[in-house]
Amino acid sequence: MFKQLTVISGKGGTGKTTLTASFAYLTQGKAIFADADVDAPDLHLILHPTIISEEELYISKKAVRDEEKCVKCNKCGEVCEFNAISAYDLNHFKCEGCGLCVRICPEKALSMKPILSAKIFESQTRFGPFVHAEMTIGEGTSGRIVDQIRQKARKIAETKKLNFVIVDGSPGIGCPVIASITGVDLACIIVEPTLSGIHDLERIFGVAQHFKVKSVVCINKFDLNITNTNNIIRFCRKNNITVVGKIPFNEIVPKSIIQGKSTFELEENPVSKEIISIWKNIQTELHD
Amino acid sequence: MKISIASGKGGTGKTTIATSLALSLRNCQFLDCDVEEPNAHIFLKPKFHTTRKVLVNVPLIDNTKCTNCGICSDACEFNALVQLPDHVIFFADLCMSCNACKILCPENAISMIKKEIGELKIGNAKENTLFVNGLLRIGSPRAIPIISAVKDCIDDSKVVILDAPPGNSCPVIETISDTDFCLLVTEPTPFGLWDLKIAVEVAKKLALPTGVIINRYGFGYEEPIEEYCKDENIPILMKIPFDRSIAEAYSEGIPLASHDTEWQKKFRDLYAKIQELVK
Repeated sequence: MFKQLTVISGKGGTGKTTLTASFAYLTQGKAIFADADVDAPDLHLILHPTIISEEELYISKKAVRDEEKCVKCNKCGEVCEFNAISAYDLNHFKCEGCGLCVRICPEKALSMKPILSAKIFESQTRFGPFVHAEMTIGEGTSGRIVDQIRQKARKIAETKKLNFVIVDGSPGIGCPVIASITGVDLACIIVEPTLSGIHDLERIFGVAQHFKVKSVVCINKFDLNITNTNNIIRFCRKNNITVVGKIPFNEIVPKSIIQGKSTFELEENPVSKEIISIWKNIQTELHD
Repeated sequence: MKISIASGKGGTGKTTIATSLALSLRNCQFLDCDVEEPNAHIFLKPKFHTTRKVLVNVPLIDNTKCTNCGICSDACEFNALVQLPDHVIFFADLCMSCNACKILCPENAISMIKKEIGELKIGNAKENTLFVNGLLRIGSPRAIPIISAVKDCIDDSKVVILDAPPGNSCPVIETISDTDFCLLVTEPTPFGLWDLKIAVEVAKKLALPTGVIINRYGFGYEEPIEEYCKDENIPILMKIPFDRSIAEAYSEGIPLASHDTEWQKKFRDLYAKIQELVK
């Protein structure tokens, strides 16, 4: 049976994708990767996937109106809690797809139209299989897209008898993040030693606890501010969280991103060295 | 004037720019719309005087009236209500407060009660900034009603600065909708460019005028970003160099405009450019 790991951060831009891409290099052939940051997916820019199959996801619906049938009674406007519709106006972006207006319209002038929320891809990469998605611009429901991505990744892991499902999560603590960590074996929280980073760590750790997901912490750019790094370590100790490693502030990271490679595919560097030990520690935690 | 600051990719410098703009312009209103992970208060150090709960409506079913007809669970598009043979189960975290169950219940067995999903904090910050910050409760998935509550505090007589969350979906759309200008912050890497492109498309759908700020200028991927902006006819309004001392100041909660006060004039010039573009 495979183990599931999700890399999350609370704060954005702390290094989730860089770390996940390095894990991809280290686990070649034994893992499947999934990009659950459907809002701003970047892992494909390192993994350079070749798409094998594509699936269209219609998971949300929006109200549409037949203007010829509409008598402008505004019953829809009276019930809509989202200010999305009135006799003379229909705002696609504000519509949550609850369908109340459709049920209430006496003229049957409204109907629900399924919306293409995203396309989900199953791909092959130089490090193994990869599941990713392309969200339709301006369409929400990223939580449900994440559910679908993870489901697909698990299926492939089962068929191919892989050892790990590794998910690159999104920033924040809301619905896509919750969808990316529920039921996983371990969440790896990557944090930077800034006051913002510490603030956001406390909140994302709270979310992991709330959903009873075991978490570990990885400190990125630890030497940017040693005092803050020590405060993070203290916070982790107090809350019984294992610190799996400390990655130094190093220009190899932007350099690797620009070249579209994992940090391991460039010259020898201290970042990769630390990530080898981080991956070892994570495996221990996963099998604990 | 309402200026939203968004980015697609996280950690590109939205809060650095939003807080520096507020400090440089003075007398602004600052709305931290990143209600999942708000950070602006770390930089602007507001004194909060008011805390308000953000409440949403959720159904309460009166079992003495309910006939288990199944209409409510049928109507609920979010699967928050599930009809069992002898009662209805309610999953509060899936509820979107649409009221459909209450309105459609033939027995009038459903009333709406208030549920807290987060809070608003209002205060005064440096340089006479009116500060509003929303905070999503841990474990709640619904950021939108909180952002909407933050935006209800907009004071139209002020320059209003809205610091958006990262990403490109609903919370960002809620934040930047109905603003006069959207500043998009990016970094010169392929990640920055990819996510900028998505953010630009979102802003286009909302018919928002945009301008780009390139942060950490000097990473080595400036040309593709500048070319893209040129092709899309989006002005590049500011470039902030890659400088470890800026990152160190940030780590201590010091905004760029305080770390190096020379930047205040640049941020005022930025505002003047935005005014021209909005005209």
